[in-house]
Amino acid sequence: MSKKKPSKKHALSTRIWHWINAISLIILFMSGLNISNAHRYLYWGNTGFDPADAWLNVIRFPGWATIPGRYDLAEARDWHALAAWPFALALLFMWIAMLMNRHFSHDITTSKAEWRPSFIWKDIIEHAKGNFHHDPVAGKYSFLQKLSYGLVLGIMLPLMIVTGLAISPGFEPAAPWLVDLLGGRQSARSIHFITAFSLLAFFIVHIVLVLITGPFRQIKDMIFGGKA
Amino acid sequence: MTSPFNRRTALAGLAALATGACSKVADSPTGRTLSKAAEGWHRRAHRKLASRQALAREYEKADISPDFKGNGTIRISEESYQAELEAGFSSWQLEVRGLVDNPMSLTMDDIRALPQRTQITRHDCVEGWSAIGEWTGPQLSEVLDAAKVQEGANFIIFRCADSFKQGAYYESVDMVDAYHPQTIIAHMLNGEAIPQKNGAPLRMRIERQLGYKHAKFLTAIEAVASLDDIGLGKGGYWEDHHGYQWYAGI
Repeated sequence: MSKKKPSKKHALSTRIWHWINAISLIILFMSGLNISNAHRYLYWGNTGFDPADAWLNVIRFPGWATIPGRYDLAEARDWHALAAWPFALALLFMWIAMLMNRHFSHDITTSKAEWRPSFIWKDIIEHAKGNFHHDPVAGKYSFLQKLSYGLVLGIMLPLMIVTGLAISPGFEPAAPWLVDLLGGRQSARSIHFITAFSLLAFFIVHIVLVLITGPFRQIKDMIFGGKA
Repeated sequence: MTSPFNRRTALAGLAALATGACSKVADSPTGRTLSKAAEGWHRRAHRKLASRQALAREYEKADISPDFKGNGTIRISEESYQAELEAGFSSWQLEVRGLVDNPMSLTMDDIRALPQRTQITRHDCVEGWSAIGEWTGPQLSEVLDAAKVQEGANFIIFRCADSFKQGAYYESVDMVDAYHPQTIIAHMLNGEAIPQKNGAPLRMRIERQLGYKHAKFLTAIEAVASLDDIGLGKGGYWEDHHGYQWYAGI
């Protein structure tokens, strides 16, 4: 550990990315629910059109949860294809910024010590008790925070882009291996759906924790940076 | 440094975005321009990432879906069509017209006499499902070359025998997709004449785009300079009447 206390301030790049990502993701998720209503069945493999072969019959998402608020596949696809751009470009920007300003290596990368079961267990207990003051060994973020931010930034958000590209017939000729890797087009579509709902789960926990730990200060800090 | 007014404005702005007003944005001219632009960025990105002639995945016979789902128009009730269907489309005509030096009218025999391409490909519907089928027919480029497409032609229109509530079905592609090696005028599905539900007797295959681009019940192929004067000017039935994207590679 360096002697200097790590800055608690959110970097400008983090704040810009956070809000572009939040807005894009909300639009992508809600327009995605509208698109899901067009064919509410998920399959594994390359093909699937018969509900009898589906591994999941998805519910019909109500208007309040979708963009637009009525079933309109064309308009939902417009929103989805539009929001995909700021979402993907902002994620690329965040990764470059996070590697350059060391946010990734300082704050998100976990150390070997943090992976000790006793340490992880302690972090879980502390969270369960509602104590969010972190062990100084972990640094700016607790182990669980690092793990979830790492999973979201490193796996889930990139996976949304990769699976989205894989189900686009115009993109597939550029990287047919990608569709194979994901197990076929309908598998890619299923993974797109599962990952979207995993992100929703993260979103809910994230919002709850912000509400518990002082929503006004947290939101203010994510806009203006906060105290160093 | 930070006045509460700024903070409040920022929060109000975020709240407004969160609660929607999305439909208003989508219906505004700016919204339409934005989504149209995004569609174009996707098309250009796809074509930059893959070569313009890059092939869609082709599959093995074992991968063919047992029953190829019919969607959209699955039956044409008009007597003239039903009579043609009965007669094995012996007097069906495919017109090739528009900006061509050599307009043609092809019979099914003419089409079968051209060099054929057979491809086992995956059909992806805009709704989300996929099916694999084996399609056979001449490449569109073969027909366009025989008709001698003129310099100024930028799009190929596909006219169809079926209609929906708001009018006749049609579709269009640009010259990149028109001359793509897998763009064929299919007359066979899985080794047999195309069934009615899948677009008998002729159906376009535009393999790198979604199903609604694959015009069924094909009656004419038209070379044009611009889409503006065709239908409502958006390049297809679904594009004109339901706001679907003209580039269906997403």
